[in-house]
Amino acid sequence: MESKILEVVGLNAYYGDHLVLKDINAAFPERKATAIMGPSGCGKSTLIRTLNRMHEMNIGARVEGKILLHGENILTVNPIVLRRKIGMVFQRPNPFPTMSIYDNVIAGYKLNGVNLPKLERDQIVEKSLNSAALWNEVKDKLHKRGTFLSGGQQQRLCIARALAMNPDVLLLDEPTSALDPKATSHIEELIVDLKKEVSIILVTHNIAQAGRVSDYTAFMYLGELIEFGPTEKLFTVPEDKRTEEYLSGKFG
Amino acid sequence: MKAIDREAKKQVTKSVGKNILKDRIFEGLVILFSILSIVPLIFILSYIFAKGFPKLFIPEFWISAPPVGQSKVAIETIGMNYGGIANGIIGTFFVVIMAAFIAVPLGVMTGVYLAENRQSKIVNAIEVAVDMIQGVPSIIFGIFINIWLVTTMKAGYSAIAGSISLALMMLPIVIKSTEETIKLIPDTLKEAAVALGTPYYKVILKIIVPAAMSGIVTGVLVGVTRIAGETAPLIFTAFGNPNVNYNVTQPMETLPTLIYNNARSASPNLIENAWGASAALVVLVLLLNILTKVVVNKWKVKF
Amino acid sequence: MTEKIGTIKERAVKFATLVESMIEDAVEGIENKDQSALETVIRKKEPLANSMEIEIDELCIKHLALIRPEAKDLRITMMVAKMSNDLERIGDHAVNIAKSGVFLLDKPFMNSLNEIPKMAALVGGMIKHTIDAFVREDAGLAEKVLKDDDGIDDFRDRMMNELIVKIKESPDKTDLVIHLMNIVRNLERVGDLATNIAENVIYIIKGKVIKIHTGDDTDIKNAI
Repeated sequence: MESKILEVVGLNAYYGDHLVLKDINAAFPERKATAIMGPSGCGKSTLIRTLNRMHEMNIGARVEGKILLHGENILTVNPIVLRRKIGMVFQRPNPFPTMSIYDNVIAGYKLNGVNLPKLERDQIVEKSLNSAALWNEVKDKLHKRGTFLSGGQQQRLCIARALAMNPDVLLLDEPTSALDPKATSHIEELIVDLKKEVSIILVTHNIAQAGRVSDYTAFMYLGELIEFGPTEKLFTVPEDKRTEEYLSGKFG
Repeated sequence: MKAIDREAKKQVTKSVGKNILKDRIFEGLVILFSILSIVPLIFILSYIFAKGFPKLFIPEFWISAPPVGQSKVAIETIGMNYGGIANGIIGTFFVVIMAAFIAVPLGVMTGVYLAENRQSKIVNAIEVAVDMIQGVPSIIFGIFINIWLVTTMKAGYSAIAGSISLALMMLPIVIKSTEETIKLIPDTLKEAAVALGTPYYKVILKIIVPAAMSGIVTGVLVGVTRIAGETAPLIFTAFGNPNVNYNVTQPMETLPTLIYNNARSASPNLIENAWGASAALVVLVLLLNILTKVVVNKWKVKF
Repeated sequence: MTEKIGTIKERAVKFATLVESMIEDAVEGIENKDQSALETVIRKKEPLANSMEIEIDELCIKHLALIRPEAKDLRITMMVAKMSNDLERIGDHAVNIAKSGVFLLDKPFMNSLNEIPKMAALVGGMIKHTIDAFVREDAGLAEKVLKDDDGIDDFRDRMMNELIVKIKESPDKTDLVIHLMNIVRNLERVGDLATNIAENVIYIIKGKVIKIHTGDDTDIKNAI
């Protein structure tokens, strides 16, 4: 059995009085890619946003239960410390528009007032951009603004920015929804490479993407976690009828 | 074609013709009214420039204070200084800069607060208050500061009092433009910074405000343009000073007050200077407007 | 991700090579009276062939479920699944041949025995060409295999007639001849299976189904 990096125990999430996540229990394996899929409104985005406490940006959002990273409940630690261990990439690429590519990658450190010596900074920038398969395309224009890149490149820049912090877990919230097919396949290849070093949890509305890229899949419906298992098994012999119907496209 | 169709076609052609005519008349009226609106402006500007522009090219005009006392004699005497508007220029400079110093930090922070806390009822009340301040006649600010600072606190007329009254006028403009610019910044930017583990105040200072900079600077420039030509509040606060004065706790002359004070003077020389000051003020406002446009175009941030 | 179709193709080639070697070993064992060769086919290679069939089937299902291939990749996946069944049956026929070979180990030589390796070589050539056609995506080569099957059928007909005469001539050698007939029949079935596989290969390349008619009157005669 593989080791688990992140464990969700009895998680309930509320928006005001509305219960959006119902008693979620899941253990995400280390150094693997886990896909969370399900029809619109099933709560998958809500779930992934609780994993780095981004839900706290919404007024009226609260959670009950435990989320354990290396056994420690992240809901009780300092969120700023937590977010350095769990990074996130969003649906729409969002590089900082006033910063250069170089500064974007290193932004996690700069924004926290950590001043690294130039040599170390250069190394981190090069390593992160390499891991994000972007180094060769931008190494000659690191000083240019990040917003001049194409959509797919911007998204890889955001991935590099998250990787620069050396997180244990990388959360990807529908990372390819806003990209064209070519950029999408670049990112998917990247995920397959990255998961050897970073544990990846990704939300996708695209069943085929979950099949292509993930080792484990979680299927959610109406705020509940219906099934969780190795992708191979879930896609060929699902245990729950609802999983089967979703996979066959009976509901979107 | 049948007779009925022919008749219908004639009717349609006739009404189309009538409509085309109406269109032309309408177009003509619009052009006429536009010209009518611009004509007074052109009149004013050309008159000011005619009377005041030549004075702008005399170097002494910029650096000397108005002549005191024997101004009539000074005109008839050769080699006497005609004086200038140095006191007004320096005064405008001081008062406007000080007003900006007060209004910008206060206004930007308020704008940020309002944009970040949209749900709160207090915030809604503040927004209403800001809108109301924008509607207050400028003379009220003058009287208000006069009663509070000049009279009651016995501070006397001063440039500081003038700058406070102008700051109050500039404040809502800065607040509103900051608030609106920040509201336009997509949430995703904030999310990106928060997800990196950035403390809230740094998110605002290092990500949001820089991204909103073009809108904020625009708001500041618009505010400065507005207050540069305000007269009524300054009459009651800075009052005016025939001498060049660098002490901000003393009464100070500004371009608008100089025009006010000298325009009905007995001395034709001072009236001349007032015209020159008018021209200078118009040029100043024009330059500020151009600067604003340049900043808006150059500093557009794309998301 | 795209390398998974390569894995499927590679497994298919490996399986084909295995069953080809099974035919070779069985026939060589008969020719040289080599018992260990025959045993290898029956005890070692046959279980391996069974497990390879299962492995390929699972690989193809997984590929369909996870990758959802389209167009050529879809045709490859579907056809390889079918081909693996045919390949496994070739393996079964190789085992049948080997078992007859075991019986013949200590029996006297018959002239007809010389023909067996020739027929086996033809059949082995068909398998080899089919695999080459699959790897190189050469439809022409696959179509040639379809024609070669006629030669195999003729060979079988000729040998069957010969062997029937032999029974009438030497009734005491009937059991020998029956085994020889068995070997011939199995070899001919392998030819048919290789033809099936070649048809599948043509479908992968061209997207068209080509079926040659396999039924003829000689089949009724072979019901004996």
